[in-house]
Amino acid sequence: MMVNGTVVALSRIQFAATALYHFLFVPLTLGLSFLLAAMETVYVTTGKPIYKDMARFWGKLLMINFALGVATGLTMEFQFGTNWSFYSGFVGDIFGAPLAIEGLMAFFMESTFIGLMVFGWERLSKGQHLAVTWLVAFGSNLSALWILVANSFMQNPRGAAFDPLTMRMQLTSFPQLIFNPDAQSKFVHTSVAGYVTAAIFVAGVSAYYMLHKRHVELAKRSFRMAALFGVLATIAVITLGDALGFVDARVQPTKLAAMEGLWKSEAAPMPFNLIAFPSQAQRRNVADVRVPYLLSLLVTHSLTGTVPGADALERQAVRRIKDGIPAVQALHVLARNPTDAAALAEFDAHRKDLGYGFLLERYAPDLNDATAAQLERAARDIIPPVAAVFWSFRVMVALGLLMLAYFVITVLYTLRNRIQRKTWLLKTAVWMIPVPFIANEAGWLVAELGRQPWTVFDVLPTWMSASTHSVAYMAFSLIGFVVLYSVFIAVEMYLMVRAIRLGPAEHGDAGGPGPQVRPSLSPRPLPAAPYGRRLEG
Amino acid sequence: MELYAILQVTWWLLLGVLLMGLAVMVGMDMGVGAILRYVGRSDLERRIALNIIGPHWDGNQVWFILGGGAIFAAFPLIYATAFSGFYVVMLLLLWTMIMRPLGFEYRSQLASPAWRNVWDWVFLVSGAVPMIVFGAAFGNLFHGVPFHFSWDMTSYYTGSFLGLLNPFAIAAGVLSLALSAMMGSLTVMNGAEAALFQRARRLAQLAAAVAIALFAICGLWVHALDGYRLTGGPGPGVPQTPLQQSVALAPGAWLSNFAAHPLLWLLPLAGFAGMAGALLAARAARSHLGWWLGALAWIGVIGTAGAALFPFMLPSSTDPSMSLTLWNSSSSRATLLWMVGFAAFFVPLILWYTSWAFWVMRGKVTPEQITRGDEHAY
Ligand code: HDD
Ligand code: HEM
Ligand code: HEM
Repeated sequence: MMVNGTVVALSRIQFAATALYHFLFVPLTLGLSFLLAAMETVYVTTGKPIYKDMARFWGKLLMINFALGVATGLTMEFQFGTNWSFYSGFVGDIFGAPLAIEGLMAFFMESTFIGLMVFGWERLSKGQHLAVTWLVAFGSNLSALWILVANSFMQNPRGAAFDPLTMRMQLTSFPQLIFNPDAQSKFVHTSVAGYVTAAIFVAGVSAYYMLHKRHVELAKRSFRMAALFGVLATIAVITLGDALGFVDARVQPTKLAAMEGLWKSEAAPMPFNLIAFPSQAQRRNVADVRVPYLLSLLVTHSLTGTVPGADALERQAVRRIKDGIPAVQALHVLARNPTDAAALAEFDAHRKDLGYGFLLERYAPDLNDATAAQLERAARDIIPPVAAVFWSFRVMVALGLLMLAYFVITVLYTLRNRIQRKTWLLKTAVWMIPVPFIANEAGWLVAELGRQPWTVFDVLPTWMSASTHSVAYMAFSLIGFVVLYSVFIAVEMYLMVRAIRLGPAEHGDAGGPGPQVRPSLSPRPLPAAPYGRRLEG
Repeated sequence: MELYAILQVTWWLLLGVLLMGLAVMVGMDMGVGAILRYVGRSDLERRIALNIIGPHWDGNQVWFILGGGAIFAAFPLIYATAFSGFYVVMLLLLWTMIMRPLGFEYRSQLASPAWRNVWDWVFLVSGAVPMIVFGAAFGNLFHGVPFHFSWDMTSYYTGSFLGLLNPFAIAAGVLSLALSAMMGSLTVMNGAEAALFQRARRLAQLAAAVAIALFAICGLWVHALDGYRLTGGPGPGVPQTPLQQSVALAPGAWLSNFAAHPLLWLLPLAGFAGMAGALLAARAARSHLGWWLGALAWIGVIGTAGAALFPFMLPSSTDPSMSLTLWNSSSSRATLLWMVGFAAFFVPLILWYTSWAFWVMRGKVTPEQITRGDEHAY
């Protein structure tokens, strides 16, 4: 039952590091696959070969990124079992399903058709190839949908109940699982964040070519598409982020308190902490800059709404922990005798606070003689690490606003066809490339750190969820991942930068020569296909 | 039978189908990787071999991901216990496997021979190691795995990494490697010509012969191992934990299912017939036929293992009564039912579009397609 605390900490670090790493590559795939499909659609409808060059060039960069997305995704699929085995057994009945459906519905589609997208230019008709490209884009976004359904179950567990006969959570309603409101808003926010990422990336790389006067035609068109796509996506990501905060306020009040640095409950209209330095030990903000009225407006969309602070939430937790004690005790009896009627009745009366009983077990392994101090400590645990969540949230929002400003300006210039002369803007575009990646990572830190101390909110504490490994095993695996992933990122960055330097192979316009002359390009035609065929497209 | 019990058996069978799909499709790609340095003597030949599976490796790999996902959804306790228990081995499998996608996408991006040589070694390791681990994991099931549960179903693994490398497991691991090398060779034959074709043809025959010998040896060996037998417990279709059953050990008990249902002998027979047929087909240079016979061999081998173990899925050597069977480790009725629905719709769809993808990319990969400087050829 008790997993070594160091092992839990190392498991968390390992999971967090590998998940954050996976999410360096995912957003670009999500967005770039759609941009590619859009470019190819223009090619097929207008017949202009330059759009085919565009699709192929950005497709090449997509593949460099995709390889690492796949590789690091494999790690994710393993890690629930390898490192969170109690978690996997406890909620696998529910959590496993969307993961398996993701494989059936999304990964197969994306991965099968991406092979055809890359290798099939000569073998498929224009229309078929376009369909294949769209299927890749849908596949990648469907995979995001299902993984986020799974993740939303952890944030807002619905459609499941604990069964004392099997000693684990079981599915009670599949529709409730997939139509979880958290999943809906999370999916749109996350996939649109991917579109923002791809738009910034394409605009940045295109700006680089314009600055160096290479591939200008291709770069200009790519830039314009990216800027338009980007401005819409950024507006959407901000609107939807607001919706996500709205959902959080209802289902995860502890996360919201951490996001906003709210230690004490206040009367409406609540002020907003623009800047604050939260101290977990002192349970207050050491310093803050506040905007009156704003918080009520932001999270309740009214001037009279309030949200609870950490103090009220802890008081409520104390009550729920007390109620959870008999639930855990009844479970001990049921484990030995699953049909004990008295224990079953006792369990049913207190089952909704089972998770809170577990929280206390960390400090009082024998719940019979838990002290008030132990109860207090367990109740304090329900507040996530406030400073980290608070600041990650501020970083994400600030970067979102920055990107919005940037896209609005770019769209104005690119629509008036002035963009090539605005060197400062082109330079900014290049420097913007890392921004959405940082915002994405910050967003996940908010979501996952803000869920602490639970792996499944209100149901299963993190400290129970980990596998019972030794510290040595965890050190071994962590070092292995660090070494391997460092090599991977170095290789990927090198190849990506090199592919960008080399630039697209163009047939529509004569771009400047790249640093190296490439051999002519032909995509594996049927043996009989005449070499020149690809020019006609 | 109760619906729940039928669903449990259905998922046990579906898992078998997924494992067979994994073995055939991923095994063939891994086989190509493992034999790459041998069959391909020049860079050009190696690129031809890689481009034969180039359009398909990613789709094929999803069989593997889906295998993991399906175990998670349908048998969560197996997923949790096996993946955490075999920690070091799982990491070896994972770390070698995740190098492979990079190998495909990155190998031919640079012309440097040293760079490409590194990736060719990566293909060798990331083809051979996972297939050995895959087989050895099956082998260990026949020995039992040292794990047990506490009252709340926390699993504890008490064995060591080296304990997993017992002789029987190694034999099973090499069998799996031999079968995948055979399938890899046949796949290369399907898409290559000339010297590459001939080397693959020789290797396919050799690998098939090794596989036949190892399958026979493992089969005889099983008689001597202590098999598990369920002697009491709640049985099929009853929600339960693994703490409520009793299990006895007896030498040769792994063969009791075959004794009770002689028709099951068709499975090992299919295994041998598939391997022998693949050998002969390779000799006759009929690689497409050989490939299908090789797939039959995998079905026979995995089917044989499954039939012997039934109803056990993860036997415990620490406390045999805590062994995981399909009755005590499956998901709830609701989950199994929903998942059957999804599988019934999507598996045929997947088979359909996968076949289409293979059909579109059919035919030989010629040297001139590669040297012509294709932007995307691996
Ligand atoms: C380009 C990236 C990006 C940008 C500009 C934003 N977000 Fe975001 N955000 C994400 C990328 C992201 C993300 C990586 O996609 C997350 C992580 C988890 C999730 O569902 O999406 C996320 C999570 C996330 C969460 C936590 C979700 C949870 O607890 O489950 C909230 C409340 C917001 N976002 C709100 C916002 C607001 C109000 C923004 C206004 C500017 C904003 N986000 C911009
Ligand atoms: C379906 C999607 C995901 C699931 C099911 C999931 C699940 C988990 C689990 C089991 C843990 C470990 C327990 C814990 O410490 O809370 C965790 C922690 C974490 N995950 Fe996720 N995760 C998902 C997606 C992601 C993604 C995509 C990222 C980042 C890109 C991410 C970032 C993190 C971080 C930063 C932690 C560490 C929190 C901590 O330190 O406690 N997660 N997540
Ligand atoms: C923590 C849980 C996660 C698991 C278990 C997981 C698993 C995987 C796996 C196995 C792959 C490789 C698929 C292939 O071979 O085609 C993959 C890729 C992918 N994942 Fe994840 N993933 C996780 C988190 C996420 C999240 C949160 C998202 C999106 C919001 C996401 C989106 C994608 C996408 C779009 C791909 C395909 C594109 C690419 O590989 O870059 N994943 N993931």
